[in-house]
Amino acid sequence: MTKLLPTPSQTVGPYLSIGLPWPDGPYVVAEGTPGAFWIRGTVRDGNGDPVPDAMIETWQADPEGGFRHPDDPRGEASGDFRGFGRCPTTPEGTYGILTLLPGVVPGEGGTTQARHIDVSVFARGLLNRCVTRIYFEDQDNSDDPVLATVPEERRGTLIAAKTGDGYRFDVRLQGDGETVFFRV
Amino acid sequence: MATPTEFRLPHYGEDPEGTHPPLDYAGYRSTALRHPKQDLVLLPQMLTEVTGPLLGPGRLGEFDNDLTRQHAGEPQGQRIIVTGRLLDGDGRPVRDSLVEIWQANAGGRYRHTGDRWPSPLDPNFDGVGRALTDSDGRYTFTTIKPGAYPWKNHDNAWRPAHIHFSVFGSAFTQRLVTQMYFPDDPLFSQDPIFNSIPDEKARRRMVSRYDHEITQSEWALGFQFDIVLRGRDASVFEEEEDDE
Repeated sequence: MTKLLPTPSQTVGPYLSIGLPWPDGPYVVAEGTPGAFWIRGTVRDGNGDPVPDAMIETWQADPEGGFRHPDDPRGEASGDFRGFGRCPTTPEGTYGILTLLPGVVPGEGGTTQARHIDVSVFARGLLNRCVTRIYFEDQDNSDDPVLATVPEERRGTLIAAKTGDGYRFDVRLQGDGETVFFRV
Repeated sequence: MATPTEFRLPHYGEDPEGTHPPLDYAGYRSTALRHPKQDLVLLPQMLTEVTGPLLGPGRLGEFDNDLTRQHAGEPQGQRIIVTGRLLDGDGRPVRDSLVEIWQANAGGRYRHTGDRWPSPLDPNFDGVGRALTDSDGRYTFTTIKPGAYPWKNHDNAWRPAHIHFSVFGSAFTQRLVTQMYFPDDPLFSQDPIFNSIPDEKARRRMVSRYDHEITQSEWALGFQFDIVLRGRDASVFEEEEDDE
């Protein structure tokens, strides 16, 4: 088979908000969906200043742990759960995604992954996306194989805190409490 | 009693060294406070990573792939047709996949409140497009050649003309945002965003190719721009399942 070389990544630049956001982007599920909650947070830079020109994208399993995707070997999940959320940050650096709690997902070699959401962070000043994961503080994260590979003192940056209407997950690109980012 | 069940999950190999820019690149000032300083942690490719959003025709409006027909009047500038294929590293087309673009107008100005440089806005140009790849992985946009524009990164800094592209591929690991440039742009040499790509050959893969076959007589210049995402190979994935 022909091997082709990949196209490089480039920054979204300062004007990503003209092209990327969708009116329904933050709504993985419609408002009023039973069990829906908000994940809200602030994206901050190395000075602790909010990043007003960033965008958060999320990808997750449905509440049963299924993916509506032909490469899920357990069979494609039924239903219309999009699993994908997208929200640009406000001038105050905040974002919000309305979604459902993802289910438990199998890991490698018979392990089980705790409920989690994969996250991409795009921004002016990021030449490539940064990838992180959201876990939930009120869920059992003890046996998660990915969290286990993260230095213990940094795991907290991946765990969303319970709030009145859902969870809080802040992203710190650099500096004190820098979020754990992954190589994929 | 538990029996291991073998799953075959695709695996997306890492891109060659030098393909992607470092997050810390001194020439592009905005990276200074925004690049992570801690080492990245390897994320194994499991179910969440090898799947991804499949965003189909529901995202498209009638003139989303023709940026010259989104208003009553025609935009100013040189009309162009940009077409290409979305492929994975094994040459497989990525079909029925959403491609999003955004760009400046012919005068190099974005329709964005943050863009204040004194080049006129064009009332007939938003600079936003979407298309779906066909069964061959091909997308096509009709648009206007964007102008170069100044920015404050360094003395006399100008961005080469470019169109931002956003593609999803079929897995979270393939998600890519890039920029398409035009052949023989005199501004490449001083642009830190273009030059942030370490490998010269990889950098050239962001430059579209003028194509006289795509060019339409007395209508539009044609450019080819293929986008290649990571390739995949099958890997074994085992899960313990209750045997009942």
